Amino acid sequence: MSEKEITERIMEDDEIHKKGGEVSPALISIHPLEESIAVAIGSELRVFDLVGTKPVVLHDHAGGPSHSDSIRSICFGAKGTLFASAGDDKLVKIWKVDSWKCIRTVSSEKRVTAVSISHDGLFVCLADKFGVVWVVDLNSQGENQCPVDKSASPLLGHYCSIITSLEFSPDGRFIVSADRDFKIRITVFPKKPLKGAHEIQSFCLGHTDFVSCLAFAFSTDDSSQGFLLSGGGDSTVRLWDYLSGSLLDTCDIGSKLACNGDKSKVKEDGCSVVTDLCVCHNGSLVSVSVQSFHGVILLNCNLIAKTLSFSMAIPIVGNFIPTSMATGNNSDHLWMVMGASGLPSADPNVMYPVRVKVIAGLKKFHSDIEVQNLSILKDDDIPGSKDSLMVLQGSLDVEKDEDSLVHTAEALKTAMRNLLIKRQYSVEKREVRKKSRNDRKLKRKVV
Amino acid sequence: MTRNGKQMEMNKNSSHHPRKRFYRARAHSNPLSDSHFPIPISPSEVDYSHHYPYFYPDGWNSNVNSNDGTASKIQFADIGCGFGGLLVSLSQLFPDTLMIGMELRDKVSEYVKERILALRMSIPGQYENISVVRTNSMKYLPNYFTKKQLTKMFFLFPDPHFKEKNHRRRVISPHLLDEYAYTLQTGGIIYTITDVEELGDWMRSCLEEHPLFQAVPEHELEADPVVKLLSGATEEGQKVARNEGQTFQAIYRRIELED
Repeated sequence: MSEKEITERIMEDDEIHKKGGEVSPALISIHPLEESIAVAIGSELRVFDLVGTKPVVLHDHAGGPSHSDSIRSICFGAKGTLFASAGDDKLVKIWKVDSWKCIRTVSSEKRVTAVSISHDGLFVCLADKFGVVWVVDLNSQGENQCPVDKSASPLLGHYCSIITSLEFSPDGRFIVSADRDFKIRITVFPKKPLKGAHEIQSFCLGHTDFVSCLAFAFSTDDSSQGFLLSGGGDSTVRLWDYLSGSLLDTCDIGSKLACNGDKSKVKEDGCSVVTDLCVCHNGSLVSVSVQSFHGVILLNCNLIAKTLSFSMAIPIVGNFIPTSMATGNNSDHLWMVMGASGLPSADPNVMYPVRVKVIAGLKKFHSDIEVQNLSILKDDDIPGSKDSLMVLQGSLDVEKDEDSLVHTAEALKTAMRNLLIKRQYSVEKREVRKKSRNDRKLKRKVV
Repeated sequence: MTRNGKQMEMNKNSSHHPRKRFYRARAHSNPLSDSHFPIPISPSEVDYSHHYPYFYPDGWNSNVNSNDGTASKIQFADIGCGFGGLLVSLSQLFPDTLMIGMELRDKVSEYVKERILALRMSIPGQYENISVVRTNSMKYLPNYFTKKQLTKMFFLFPDPHFKEKNHRRRVISPHLLDEYAYTLQTGGIIYTITDVEELGDWMRSCLEEHPLFQAVPEHELEADPVVKLLSGATEEGQKVARNEGQTFQAIYRRIELED
């Protein structure tokens, strides 16, 4: 291959990478007491009031600029009084849940990849694409100061690595951050977080690829601190004692899927990446979404024996691969969403297809009994019925979207791979890249 | 065969010391770029019997299995060890302490490796406690060391990175100090030295403002034999001394957080 050809190919590669990078998955989050449910797609937030069974109107005018690019992270505070959304437009918006009024818009220097609200509702933490976690003190300022505040102070840093997930421990003592360099860091959340979080409790090391999601398994019945769960690009879900950083158990989802006869669905190119985790049933059940599996996988989590084991795979028809999952505290329902914004081939005038599905029967789930207890609700039976679907999906006419969901799944796979997996170059490509390095180009121009 | 290859071949056949001219490398390496060298998943995965065969005569596994907490662990880390001058001097001073150099530049770490092997051959029984790994310690320190494992860390003549935009490449920074505090035992000491005044001020102020570090008092520094090595033992230090340059030290102790 001539040098020119290589250069051209590199440029093509980069073009594809750029396109893929803009695709962003739909997200779902539910109020801890199931009072409301939120879906984020692109720059749009869709919220439905499950108590009053009516759409929620967001009041954004008082809180600075609105989201203008893909939302990458949404969450409710543990008490359900606050909600936060953040993403590629480098804005973090904090909403009061009772009025759905935006009370604060914080601007970040870099794109925001994850956001989390401290349990006491006093602080919001955000992680940026350069590996720095920032903290915002919600008490520090009134509502009507400058529209865009830059008041976030640095809390901790993963050295130049994309942070993929950010969570507070159930007791609120620790903040946990996961990155694409296979690391999970447990940091003591200090009393005065504006001065930084300097005390590292542990590192949870064991994933052999990027870490994509975190969740805590704990029982509300006892006072133990619970355990940490993580999923990643190595297609495993791992259970950790996060105080010591020791790995308690590993469940290899990729091989389990292959054993279960779903080989056709699990492609060879390592696509059983774990994309989300959701802990249900008082910490004993973990639902897992996997990039190549149409449905969800359930794992049993035994908090006493400290083990994690495969329970069952629940297939869902209609090309449904959840991009995000949510459940309330000890709820009977598992909410799932599938969708993506920024699809390269999509018509900008047409809305991105979003599909919401709910699995019911979590409370009665028992690993010994057959699947019957669990059911995938029909659209009419979903809480809030068709009204909620109308709001969250943006449309009820989803049949025709099923084909485009296949497309969505593919685009998401590419986007995630481009974002989180280190690119490998052949020797010749690397040489050409070195020659076309930016700093050299600049020098030439100066001369 | 390349020149470098020839040199390595020579080293294998005799205890000739490697020569720096065969290991020319760029003066700097970008710590931010993606790494394409192998990285251990966790500290327990690193096989140190290759590094310290004298201390692990029965290999790694047997040692781990018989591990009753007495097995030797690395206690000193020289971050950005360069050509390894400090390690070689420290090896004599603390013959029973395992220490490791970490260097990002491939060729330089290769040189240090050959240098240590040559030293071991020429004076059998010595220099068995030092070794080197090629890694980016700014990214992967927790992959090599467990919590509170180290007693001393060295940062000698690090890259100054003058431009403000490049300050995040500095090896001493508020966020990285959190990780260094994690790897250091309580009472462990961090040694920094530079010939660049601006960087000296930066490192001192980072350490001074960090709640987990406290300056080591002057009288203790005078009694510490390691301090004397900082400016004299390394190649960079000797260069500064030749040019009669000034050096700036900041030596701090890991302390526990007060409530």
